[in-house]
Amino acid sequence: MSVWIAIGVTAVGCYLVKYLGLSAPAGLLERPLVKRLAALLPVALLAALTAQQTFSDGQHLLLDAKAAGVAAAAVALVLRAPFLLVIGVAVVVTAGVRALGG
Amino acid sequence: MAEQTAEQTEIRTTERAGPPGPPLPPEPAKPDSAVIRDALGVGIAVGLSGFAFGVTSAGAGLSLLQTCALSLLVFTGASQFALVGALAAGGNPLTAAAGAFFLGVRNAFYGLRLSSLLGYRAAVKPFAAHWVIDETSAVALAQPGRHSARLGFTVTGLSLYALWNLTTLAGALGAEALGDTDAWGLDAAGPAVFLALLAPMLTTTVERVAAGLAVVLVMVTLPLLPTGVPVLLAALAAPAVLFAEGRRQRAKGTRDAAEGDPA
Repeated sequence: MSVWIAIGVTAVGCYLVKYLGLSAPAGLLERPLVKRLAALLPVALLAALTAQQTFSDGQHLLLDAKAAGVAAAAVALVLRAPFLLVIGVAVVVTAGVRALGG
Repeated sequence: MAEQTAEQTEIRTTERAGPPGPPLPPEPAKPDSAVIRDALGVGIAVGLSGFAFGVTSAGAGLSLLQTCALSLLVFTGASQFALVGALAAGGNPLTAAAGAFFLGVRNAFYGLRLSSLLGYRAAVKPFAAHWVIDETSAVALAQPGRHSARLGFTVTGLSLYALWNLTTLAGALGAEALGDTDAWGLDAAGPAVFLALLAPMLTTTVERVAAGLAVVLVMVTLPLLPTGVPVLLAALAAPAVLFAEGRRQRAKGTRDAAEGDPA
């Protein structure tokens, strides 16, 4: 049940912000500081989420095969690999390291 | 050639039976086929990654119905990955939803920029809003005028929505067939998606410092705070870095003024 609550709250919240942007009078959110914060917020959140999901099980820090997979994805990104290939590299390397006992 | 372009622009302007919007600059001709090709390229490439979401969500313990509901109703990838990741870690549902919501806030700012460009009627906006995401905004905002922006937005939105939901279903079903998704390395898909979304955003020092600070904050607080809270706390790296940058620039401005002072 709590999963459905989370889904419902997220769906309604995410829809409302999309609609708000499309319908708000221009200028309402156009202040430079607000725009800069809106651009920087996803950077902080995505960085935190990447680190958390790579180096923890949600509660405890851990270093396992996932770290190797995500590191390989980072290399693929530096080499300008397309989006799907980056994900594929992370999955294959993680599975490979895990199969080798990592 | 220039005359022909002007003529086409003229025709398009009269064809626009939409509401009065702010006047747009004259629209250079861009063939519809080129717009559709760009839009489908983005829609198909990103739409396929719904498979990774379906697998991740099923691996996180969400049911098939819950997984598909997320792709149908939330339809903004980073928020969906964040939500299932937080739920899998055993986070409180509202904390998990808060993290997903904050990631979705950027779509409001895409909407603001799209609003005058697309010029949709008030009755269309509730439907168009659901498709206001990274990819549709990127394609629409890259177009030279309203006609091609609307076309790009619609084709990207339609192809991406259809594929994202189909591949979500396929991924969730596939994950059930695979059994232990971790053994296949599929738990690495979520963080790899976040990293791939993050990488193009790290354009200047400000973004890199904010990302670095967020990583430090989440790593330090992870063992101490309830699940899901560290990520929200790490979001404070954004205002903190902006505040520090503002102070630095003011200090620099004062110094420059002092140096420039002939006295």
